[in-house]
Amino acid sequence: MMDLIGIPPQALFGQLLLGLINGAFYALLSLGLAVIFGMLGVINFAHGALYMVGAFVALLLSQQLGLGYWPALILAPLAVAGIGVALERTMLKRIAKMDPLYGLLLTFGVALVIEGLFRHWYGVSGQPYPVPALLQGGTNLGFMYLPTYRAWVVVISLIVCLGTWYAIERTKLGSYLRAATEKPQLAQAFGINVPRLVTVTFAGAVALAGFAGVLAAPMYQVNPLMGSNLIIVVFAVVVIGGMGSILGAVLTGFGLGLVEGLTKVFYPEAANIVIFVIMALVLLVKPAGLFGRTA
Amino acid sequence: MHEMLRVHDLHGYYGESHVLHGVEFTVDHGEVVTLIGRNGVGKTSTLKAIMGLLDRQEGSIRVQGAELIGRRPDRIAHQGIGYVPDDRGIFASLSVEENLLLPPEVKPGGLTTEEVYALFPRLRERRGSQGTKLSGGEQQMLAIARILRTGARLLLLDEPTEGLAPVIVQQIGQIIAGLKAKGFTILLVEQNFHFAATLADRHYVMEDGRVVDMIPNDQLEAQADTLARYLGV
Repeated sequence: MMDLIGIPPQALFGQLLLGLINGAFYALLSLGLAVIFGMLGVINFAHGALYMVGAFVALLLSQQLGLGYWPALILAPLAVAGIGVALERTMLKRIAKMDPLYGLLLTFGVALVIEGLFRHWYGVSGQPYPVPALLQGGTNLGFMYLPTYRAWVVVISLIVCLGTWYAIERTKLGSYLRAATEKPQLAQAFGINVPRLVTVTFAGAVALAGFAGVLAAPMYQVNPLMGSNLIIVVFAVVVIGGMGSILGAVLTGFGLGLVEGLTKVFYPEAANIVIFVIMALVLLVKPAGLFGRTA
Repeated sequence: MHEMLRVHDLHGYYGESHVLHGVEFTVDHGEVVTLIGRNGVGKTSTLKAIMGLLDRQEGSIRVQGAELIGRRPDRIAHQGIGYVPDDRGIFASLSVEENLLLPPEVKPGGLTTEEVYALFPRLRERRGSQGTKLSGGEQQMLAIARILRTGARLLLLDEPTEGLAPVIVQQIGQIIAGLKAKGFTILLVEQNFHFAATLADRHYVMEDGRVVDMIPNDQLEAQADTLARYLGV
């Protein structure tokens, strides 16, 4: 096959696929961060650690109980949601009316504690997690080789992102969530149990991080630091997309993954910083983010 | 007549600021009662205190005998109370219909969505629009309409005519009169005294965070001078 503008198509499409996969993780994580910030006013620094916990729960389910990937895809997010409920009920609730800085510091501390525990128990070397039998192998598309598992990650992430968008923008529970995000006192004065809604929202958003962790386990090594490597980029994605819009978070996540992939093809030296350069530019031109609403 | 609402020695605080100093009044079933007084005397704060929305409220607020002090706002609503806040409280992130359907049922026997739309046909036409894209009058109607679905029988209305054109004020007046005829109990905060006089059974006058006088509607003319002094008009 012909080279496209001097780039072998294998390399180009390979990097685009990698970009889409990174984008899928950016989208799943920034979506949860945006929802949490909207409802609780907390910048959840523990999000990356909870993503890591999701991957570890999958690993432990497999090692200790012999439960495979598919049960883990349900059970690990539930376990992370449980941790989320405990975090919100015992800690975040107490700082609800305080400066957002307290939430940032608290969740940063929580992230360090969680990562520290897992480093203590499992060390820093990664542990492999097998690709489920159903998703092994791949397809030769002619212009590139498409591993089945990677295609699955992109597709299921898109479905989960759109499902989350639908749940928030088109359902009754979602209208409660939007109302409680906008005017919590008034929503509560209408008889909506806002404190419980806040707990459920936080649990749901961190469950998305846990879900992303399980998706990541077969592709990357399961490692206590896998979350902190990712979360910095995800925060940049959230800043670029803006906090205001669910669909914005999803589009920005996938879009920036692709941009990063393309940069790897055309100018590999810049691949690690391109997102931060875009973040700086967006902050200069549109400080509320591409899809953000100025408060 | 039975007492619907009894407020006794109500004190309210925003942070350290003490805004209600022992408010006392009662509202009977089916009555329309106003809280009147100058700006900043505590009328809006009294409604907020009933809903549990101040930073702190002390004393006693009983609705059909049940004490509200110490309860969370969502539990208070479930005592059968509907609240229309002074800024109308329309949610920008919800459509007109979502705004209308937002408040959960607090007591059985509320109007059906169809009945609400029959009362407010304009809201049906605009049901898909963003809530805050409505005109001021339409937003006020939406704010009232959405608490009629919930089965609440005690309605707290905070300045429903504020900033509206006279023709709209007239419409709101007809709506409130219609609600009274249906047996709703209404506590109304109102600056527009002429408007209040056409609807209310009694008026409580507030000054400096207290109720200082009560004037039955049929004695308004006789006490016009007293009232003018209270209101500073």
